[in-house]
Amino acid sequence: MTSGAIWDDKQFELVIGKLLRFGVILAAAWVLAGGIHYLMQSRGAKPDYKAFHGEPADLRYGHEIVHQALQLNARAVIQFGLLLLIATPMARVAFSVLGFALEKDWMYVGITLAVLTLLIYSFLSS
Amino acid sequence: MTTFEFTILIAIGSLLAGLLGALTGLGGGVVIVPLLTLAFGVDIRYAIGASLVSVIATSSGAAAAYLKEGYSNIRVGMFLEVATTIGAVTGAYLAVSTPTKAIAIIFGVVLLYSAYSANKPPKDSQTDDPPDRWASLLKLDGEYPTARGEKSYHVRNVPAGFGLMYIAGVLSGLLGIGSGAVKVLAMDQAMRIPFKVSTTTSNFMIGVTAAASAGIYLHRGYIDPGIAMPVMLGVLAGALIGARILPGARVRTLRLVFSIVIAALAVEMILKGVKGMF
Repeated sequence: MTSGAIWDDKQFELVIGKLLRFGVILAAAWVLAGGIHYLMQSRGAKPDYKAFHGEPADLRYGHEIVHQALQLNARAVIQFGLLLLIATPMARVAFSVLGFALEKDWMYVGITLAVLTLLIYSFLSS
Repeated sequence: MTTFEFTILIAIGSLLAGLLGALTGLGGGVVIVPLLTLAFGVDIRYAIGASLVSVIATSSGAAAAYLKEGYSNIRVGMFLEVATTIGAVTGAYLAVSTPTKAIAIIFGVVLLYSAYSANKPPKDSQTDDPPDRWASLLKLDGEYPTARGEKSYHVRNVPAGFGLMYIAGVLSGLLGIGSGAVKVLAMDQAMRIPFKVSTTTSNFMIGVTAAASAGIYLHRGYIDPGIAMPVMLGVLAGALIGARILPGARVRTLRLVFSIVIAALAVEMILKGVKGMF
């Protein structure tokens, strides 16, 4: 550990743990709310999942999902909860950049930034 | 089957998968894809999309508890995540171009390996090899709590571990699983990291690895809310219940039984894949 660090690994791990738990609880609650809404308005036979059609564009891209979720489209509300879930580990990595910077561990700031860049790249690319 | 019945049945199946996965250490993700494809007739692309989402939930949910115990090595985790995220992106792109029957066969082989590795007795992996210069340079050596206080350990074979982690990432992105078995292989066997540190750090890394391919799956339309919702909620609930009852549970027999079930599912996936039924 670098001397003169503002905080240590232990505190760092506890905060990361809390962040992850908060993200998962929020995402799960969101998905559950959307799921109840989805089941209440479902009618008749289940959709056909035997053949792959792919989701429609408005359930594939972040801004479209948000737009549809705001109109309380149940499937989009669930999808938004799943976006929150996917964002949780990404937030953990972003937070780790800050944590390593506070420890003045610049090598790990670089490594963590590389991971974050990869995550953002894969999320934005299609 | 109505949407309601279908959703409830998938949620119950996922809950059992999450529960057994947590109790046996095999993870719930490994049986979600066989469950959805073999039992519910869901296309394997929707199945791996839903499985991947559940993997993020259980990994992130469990990490909080592990981090508190102080076993995870966050530097090892972060450094190796460079390899797993590159691998995951590679795997997710491969998933799009690989024939589904090939994915089913690879899935079966990885399942067989997971079932086998979960039943190997963990051995003390510390050796007297000279310290690895990469490990010193990257500050990977660490310590972990034992009954007799903090015990320090050295990390070996960093390049080999990094390479195995890339493969773990590819498999995660290709199959929508956490690849915990391959991650533990890389850390425990190749890098000689103590078993408990390997498993908890592996769990910690799984969420980030899965998030790296989730965006690509989402854009390709693999993540269907109607399937991902009951799978994610079911596996998460099962994993949380499993973690609660784990300390008092006798898991050896359970692990053996679950491994046999997994091996049978693996064989069925391989056979159906070979026959082109995916």
